Amino acid sequence: MSTFEFLLQGLLVAMQPMNLVYALIGVTLGTAVGVLPGIGPALTVALLLPVTYRLDPGGSLIMFAGIYYGGMYGGSTTSILLNTPGESSSIVTALEGNKMARAGRGGPALATAAIGSFVAGLIATIGLAFIAPAIVKLALVFGPREYFALMVLAFVTVSSAFGDSTLRGLTSLFLGFALAIIGIDQLTGQTRMSFGVPDLLDGVEVTTLAVAMFAIGETLYIAAQGDQGPEKVEAVRGSVWMTAQDWARSWKPWLRGTVIGFPIGAMPAGGAEIGTFLSYATEKRLTKHPEEFGHGAIEGVAGPEAANNASAAGTLVPLLTLGLPTTATAAIMLAGFQQYGLQPGPLLFATNPQLVWGLIASLLIANFMLLVLNLPLVGLWVKLLTIPRPWLYAGILTFATLGTIGANPSVFELGMLLAFGLMGYLMRVFGYPIAPVVVGLILGPLAEQQLRRALAISQGDPSVLFTSPIAAVLLTIAALALIVPAVLRARGKGQVLSQLAASED
Amino acid sequence: MSRGVPSSTRPKADKAAFGIAIFLAALAALIFWDASRLTAVANYSRIGPATIPIVIATCLLGLAVWTAIAARAGDFPARERQQIAPAAWVVGGLVLQMLCLKTLGFSIATGLLFAMTAAAFGKRKLYITIPLGIVLCLAIWLLFAGLLQLSLPAGPLEHLLRR
Repeated sequence: MSTFEFLLQGLLVAMQPMNLVYALIGVTLGTAVGVLPGIGPALTVALLLPVTYRLDPGGSLIMFAGIYYGGMYGGSTTSILLNTPGESSSIVTALEGNKMARAGRGGPALATAAIGSFVAGLIATIGLAFIAPAIVKLALVFGPREYFALMVLAFVTVSSAFGDSTLRGLTSLFLGFALAIIGIDQLTGQTRMSFGVPDLLDGVEVTTLAVAMFAIGETLYIAAQGDQGPEKVEAVRGSVWMTAQDWARSWKPWLRGTVIGFPIGAMPAGGAEIGTFLSYATEKRLTKHPEEFGHGAIEGVAGPEAANNASAAGTLVPLLTLGLPTTATAAIMLAGFQQYGLQPGPLLFATNPQLVWGLIASLLIANFMLLVLNLPLVGLWVKLLTIPRPWLYAGILTFATLGTIGANPSVFELGMLLAFGLMGYLMRVFGYPIAPVVVGLILGPLAEQQLRRALAISQGDPSVLFTSPIAAVLLTIAALALIVPAVLRARGKGQVLSQLAASED
Repeated sequence: MSRGVPSSTRPKADKAAFGIAIFLAALAALIFWDASRLTAVANYSRIGPATIPIVIATCLLGLAVWTAIAARAGDFPARERQQIAPAAWVVGGLVLQMLCLKTLGFSIATGLLFAMTAAAFGKRKLYITIPLGIVLCLAIWLLFAGLLQLSLPAGPLEHLLRR
């Protein structure tokens, strides 16, 4: 069957009333958490994993993907109106967007962000549908060593290629690995790092770690900053509709942002932030109104917002076709697949095409829902920004612990939640990135499995890892991604990289 | 990079960062110790359950040394001044919830957490926030334990409602 037929079949699955409901819940929740500062899509999916345990796998995954997309839309609202990016990938939007809002052009800024997100999301999702089968075909020739090399590349890009310190990125990653060894060894059944504690035999739950790091660590960090006075929410004044000139200045940045964002998300290069920075730089260079940049140029909102949504869709390419998460949200979505005994990858396209194509098609529908949610209803989301911080964070912690208690109502689990929460807080204080810990915990055991399989095939000869051309190329790229940024930083050219910091979402 | 204080000569060694280096080294030692008691299953790939932990522990040890060097050079980024009191409220709330969960049930335990967190952010009127939190959590309990069949521990309040 061709991609078109698969996509049509997927649309039939996605149009089922229950799946539409799941998608609607997903995009609504996603927009809400995107708007709220302090919580992002990674945390929300982590919180929902235990709650959705008994629900239908297809529906839940549609909901998770909706949250991911929604989070990307919602983040722009916060950046534009509050100047505090709700998500790390909306930092650039705040640069020009907030200036526009202060100048009374908040409406057009929100509109260009929403429509740009829609255009990019639509094109990128179609791109996902057409690229995925090709990668699946390629992945069929991948053996354990190629998968291992691919994971090494993902480890390097997530932890140390971007961000401001190779040392701290790698330390975070290895902390994740150290947590990943806890439990029963998959191949021999021996217990590792459990010290006779039965609660540790199943290992550290990804949800517990993610909730602790993102919800509790963040809450502690914000609390410890003390009272910084109320934040100023810019009211949406004037028309929310874009003028003809706004349209004329927006459509090219949308398309350019999509073209920049999608490949960056699709490569195991981590983070939607990188695309947004590149798009901003591109728009700044190409604009006919350079004097407006820094004072509210609409191109500076349109391009990065499109890039950010396109790379969110791009992230799903390696996740669905290779089972390789490159962001924290994708890592937790992988945990969501595993919760239902599904392993994303080429096999899933063969064994469960209904689910995969239903998921891809539902993303197209989710995009239309998000456009409606974010344009006419934007006033509703703005109200979320006025929730006072005591109630906001009290609510976040209530739901954070609810998720953990629901998954495993034990005092030990809550103790781990607190311990990891304190760890997440200290890591924030000392400037360690959070995403590598989560990616290390979930991808570490998979990498170990592939490595041991590869070495079992070669009877313990490690040179086998480099003798496959594909694996050798991937490992070389990984080595370059580790060394080049380290050299750049050592020579004092690290500012650009730290701006590109791949972070939480 | 200097850390708040203008450093005129060479940057001061970072004591807290040394702590991180010691933590990493201790973690590596713990993994080495645990790996040493794993029985090496003699198979022809020469790589068993202990191999990867040993590799990870070796890398952690290397990172510990690197961290210590960076700490000595004062290479860690500037840290903002942390206020202990509000963070202690949040931690206290989490500890309280953990201790009360089994005996007092989900609603009371989580209601206390809710109130303590609100207190951390400035809402100190506990006689208002505690009842508010408990009522809210009771509603959450009814929704999630009732409709979604999540197993949330029940206490006296929940038993009262269930009857």
